[in-house]
Amino acid sequence: MSPLVQFWRFVKGSLAVVTQGSRGYFAWVVLLLAVIAVGVWAYANQIQYGLITTNMRDQLSWGFYIGNFAFLVGIAAAAVVVVIPAYVYRWGPIREVVLLGELVAVAAIIMCILFVTVDVGRPERIWHMMPLLGAPNFPHSLLVWDILVLTSYFVINYFIVTYLVYMAYRGRKYNAAFILPIIFLSIPLAISIHTVTAFLFMGLKARPFWNSALLAPRFLASAFCSGPALLVIVFQILRRVRPIEISDAALRKLGELLAYTMAANLFFLGCEVFREFYSASAHVIHAEFQWWGLEEGHGIAGYTWFALVSQVIAFVIFVVPELRNRLPILSVGCVLAFAGVYIEKGLGLLLPGMTPDVIGEVYHYNPSLNEILIGAGVWGVGALLFTLMAKVSSAISTGEFRYQPIEGSYGRW
Amino acid sequence: MKNRDDRVPLDARGASRRRFLRGAAAAGASALAAGPASALSFDLEAFFQKHFREMSQEDIEALQTRLERKYESRYGKPFNVASTGPIDGVVYGYGLDIGRCIGCRRCVYACVEENNQSRDPEIHWIRVLEFEREHALRGIDLEEGNPYYDHEKVPAEGKFYVPIACQMCEDSPCTDVCPTGATWEEPDGIVVIDYDWCIGCRYCIASCPYGARHFNWGEPQIPADEVNPDTHVLGNRPRPRGVVEKCTFCIQRVRNGRYPACVEACPVGARKFGNLLDPNSEIRYLLANKRTFVLKAELRTQPKFFYFYG
Repeated sequence: MSPLVQFWRFVKGSLAVVTQGSRGYFAWVVLLLAVIAVGVWAYANQIQYGLITTNMRDQLSWGFYIGNFAFLVGIAAAAVVVVIPAYVYRWGPIREVVLLGELVAVAAIIMCILFVTVDVGRPERIWHMMPLLGAPNFPHSLLVWDILVLTSYFVINYFIVTYLVYMAYRGRKYNAAFILPIIFLSIPLAISIHTVTAFLFMGLKARPFWNSALLAPRFLASAFCSGPALLVIVFQILRRVRPIEISDAALRKLGELLAYTMAANLFFLGCEVFREFYSASAHVIHAEFQWWGLEEGHGIAGYTWFALVSQVIAFVIFVVPELRNRLPILSVGCVLAFAGVYIEKGLGLLLPGMTPDVIGEVYHYNPSLNEILIGAGVWGVGALLFTLMAKVSSAISTGEFRYQPIEGSYGRW
Repeated sequence: MKNRDDRVPLDARGASRRRFLRGAAAAGASALAAGPASALSFDLEAFFQKHFREMSQEDIEALQTRLERKYESRYGKPFNVASTGPIDGVVYGYGLDIGRCIGCRRCVYACVEENNQSRDPEIHWIRVLEFEREHALRGIDLEEGNPYYDHEKVPAEGKFYVPIACQMCEDSPCTDVCPTGATWEEPDGIVVIDYDWCIGCRYCIASCPYGARHFNWGEPQIPADEVNPDTHVLGNRPRPRGVVEKCTFCIQRVRNGRYPACVEACPVGARKFGNLLDPNSEIRYLLANKRTFVLKAELRTQPKFFYFYG
């Protein structure tokens, strides 16, 4: 049997795996499909009437979509947080979760690309920025760089997970000499997707709030908080619903890692706050909007403080061994870290950067319902992709889905 | 401006041929009979349209014809979509006397009419910022401007006014960040946008320090009796939804030796315009003899829009 035919059997088998499961699995998938359907309906609305269905305007021309994009690039990059210790330092317990971390990364990149796509005014012209087809403004435009590194990162990660999963399916050991260099290549790429995304904002001299050299390090530090925090939560859910081995030791290791990354994240935040308020140039107005608000009863100050407090509490949990080693408490820390970074690096980064706008106008932005529904749809796509991929890979690691020399019998799953 | 009468606009050469082509195309269209098939082929033509700067002269003429037909059927009157090129030896510069400006916003509305800006949702390429006169001593801090002043009479007591539009930067952040190269600086210094190539990502809006760029959030609306049919393909032709637009120094006028509409509309003569390369032009006189400055000079965007105290 040729390798292609064998791989085709793998694909067919995978389809069979994802169409079978427990009642809870189907309920979850149907829920996600419903969320996606609502998102598609909302997007059809946006296509029909234009981006006026959002609450973005000239004064604040990027909002909820790009905020989610910046956050999700971090989630995608954070897969390396588990790859580095697993392969470079050979931390035993964490190794088994690398694959699932990479699956999260793959789903996150798809969401990133979708969030950029729903943000543009003429999605049918996206090909204008592609090499060969269009006229990409390379190397000047950081957006072209970002698309390039995101695409490369996606291709590499997708290849790695497919290879590892397929080898497990065939019951063979992966060829380390072949795959390890590719895994190592994914590490600088992960750093680069987040650095380039930070540069996209950092390079804008019109926006002093973003025009800070610390933005890229901050992006990485916060990504290495939100990513592992998400993994800790997802892994605990996964091992509850599927008979797969994820040791407590691996989760605690991630908790320990989070202590370092959260320390760095809070330190960088402190540096920015110091610079803004101590020097207090005219540009401090953006930080004032972020922390205090510029008009009564408006603004995002409440969210900013919530994000700070939740990240500080999370840091305490991560740094005290007695707390982080108790999984329920660790989970609370992870939820707080995830929520804190979502606010801080989503709209918490976007809105102060653009408020007041370049000629001093304060526009109070809240995403419209249509925007939120589209965003929810994108998150639904990501969650569904991850669910299906995790279903296949867990069915393989439990041995339920294995390569069988005789066509038609894949065993039970 | 110098040599006003020597110039032959590129458009004059192609005009009769285009008019012939347009007639032929119209005949072809009626022969096919309007149906779903012709609608589809029309859309595909627009979809596969090349970047403006990669078009041949024939491509541009075909585009002009197609646009004219489209606008004529939409607004029910003849349209001229020119593609007049830059004039050798000309780089445009703008001067604005903030000592004279009274904040009447006549320039804003002249611009809206001349350049077919959407009336709903409303787009204004020029915004007039009002400042406290006492702040003038500390220089102009754009973050303290108010574009929404609404007085019975202008100028209001104790205020001064700074109209702001595209500054035509020599080192323009907007053209750098554009992922598709849909916006660029022409040889005569005008920063233009190919409305058919722009993907509407709004990165240029984020990058512009002057708030000069505007996005068509909804379907632009221009009443048929108010639409200006005398247009330029890179300038004031009606724009589609979902793309960015901005001031072009009235490219459709200035490349034919006329003043921008805002210069003509200004009742106090605060607005000056001319060729920066011509040592005898009014703009060069102002630069040499007045106290001029540019907005946000520290960003080194090198605007070709100069403010001065007359």
